[in-house]
Amino acid sequence: MSVLDINHVGKKFGDKVVLRDINLRLSENKIYGVLGRNGAGKSTLLNIMTNRIFPSNGKITIDGEPVDNNDAQLSKMYLMSEINLYRDSDRLSKIIDDTEMLYGNIDRELVNDLATKFNLDLAQKFGKLSTGYRSIFKLIIAMSLPVEYVLLDEPVLGLDANHRELFYSVLLESFSQRPRTFVISTHLIEEITNIISDVIVINQGEVVLNDSVENVTAKAVAVVGPTSAVDQYIMGLHVIGHENIGQLKASYVFDELPDDRQIPDTVTITPLDLQKLFINLTDYTGGAKDEN
Amino acid sequence: MEFNFNSSEPIYRQVADQIREAILTGSFAEETQIPSTTEVSKQFHINPATVLKGMNLLVDVGLIEKKRGLGMFVTAGAKNRIKQQKRDNFYDDKVAKLVKEAINLGISAEDLNQMIQRGYE
Repeated sequence: MSVLDINHVGKKFGDKVVLRDINLRLSENKIYGVLGRNGAGKSTLLNIMTNRIFPSNGKITIDGEPVDNNDAQLSKMYLMSEINLYRDSDRLSKIIDDTEMLYGNIDRELVNDLATKFNLDLAQKFGKLSTGYRSIFKLIIAMSLPVEYVLLDEPVLGLDANHRELFYSVLLESFSQRPRTFVISTHLIEEITNIISDVIVINQGEVVLNDSVENVTAKAVAVVGPTSAVDQYIMGLHVIGHENIGQLKASYVFDELPDDRQIPDTVTITPLDLQKLFINLTDYTGGAKDEN
Repeated sequence: MEFNFNSSEPIYRQVADQIREAILTGSFAEETQIPSTTEVSKQFHINPATVLKGMNLLVDVGLIEKKRGLGMFVTAGAKNRIKQQKRDNFYDDKVAKLVKEAINLGISAEDLNQMIQRGYE
């Protein structure tokens, strides 16, 4: 069993705190979704995990061994990110060869199969690719390497809807055939809700949620009805947001609902989807927040 | 086979419900193979562990069975058992709600009976 631990990781750029005491454990063969607003610190964390930047505090370990300057551990992870590490003048086939030298046997059959599916000509030069096809090319590499941890930072950036659908299918097929750990950071929450098994929400440099999607969605509900009835029902529960339309109120609750509390006839309780939960958990602009 | 997901129930239960529905309508015939977890996962973009959890609900109640090395198969008699379950739950699932709604709208028992009669004609 392989585990990746993030222990008390913090990062400051100058005076600006980007990550604050992050503690996470990633277990093998799961698909994690890392969600956060722009600037929340997701990319910084993924970059620290793969030793591309150094943490100000804390460390990353795989099976207890620090990854810092440890090639054996680092070669177990691959980070696909927005940053282009390749020269514009390099042909894709050459980049694939070079990557293989660093990470070991690339699955050539899969590379060719995916290139055909996405209609990508590997004889092209990297510099000629559009934003979408740069993402696709980097995804193809990420899927085909023999690593235990595949980290994807905004993998569908610039992909059209058809290519996104294709990517999700390819991801799940590859995961079924060769289970490994995926960490996917994305803003397209609805599209990955059912794909990920676990969700990590980072807000303003801190982990505010880390649990299985099943547990999370079981606890997230909207309580809708006349204001007074809703207020009475939600008393003492962890409320993460409100909306009001006239006398009708919707309160977003992230809590286990008490069995012994009668739900008034005028009140309906419906599950909150992951996106709505995320929006309420990470709304730091003020608005109708409640510290109940 | 058609999956029609909504957000009101955990996905693994919806997977089980949709397979149950497909068995009931005959889309998945008895003693034939149903799609693998990978196929369902890939096609509907659901984590394979979630799909498996849904399928295992049906394995536990004997509606599908795993044949080693082959995959999941609909058991003999599954269709009738699902039908019987649905009949058993018909009052709670459908009739009670229908009557409640009728009462809210001020529809009398007599009028509702007439409507039901019309539905059968």
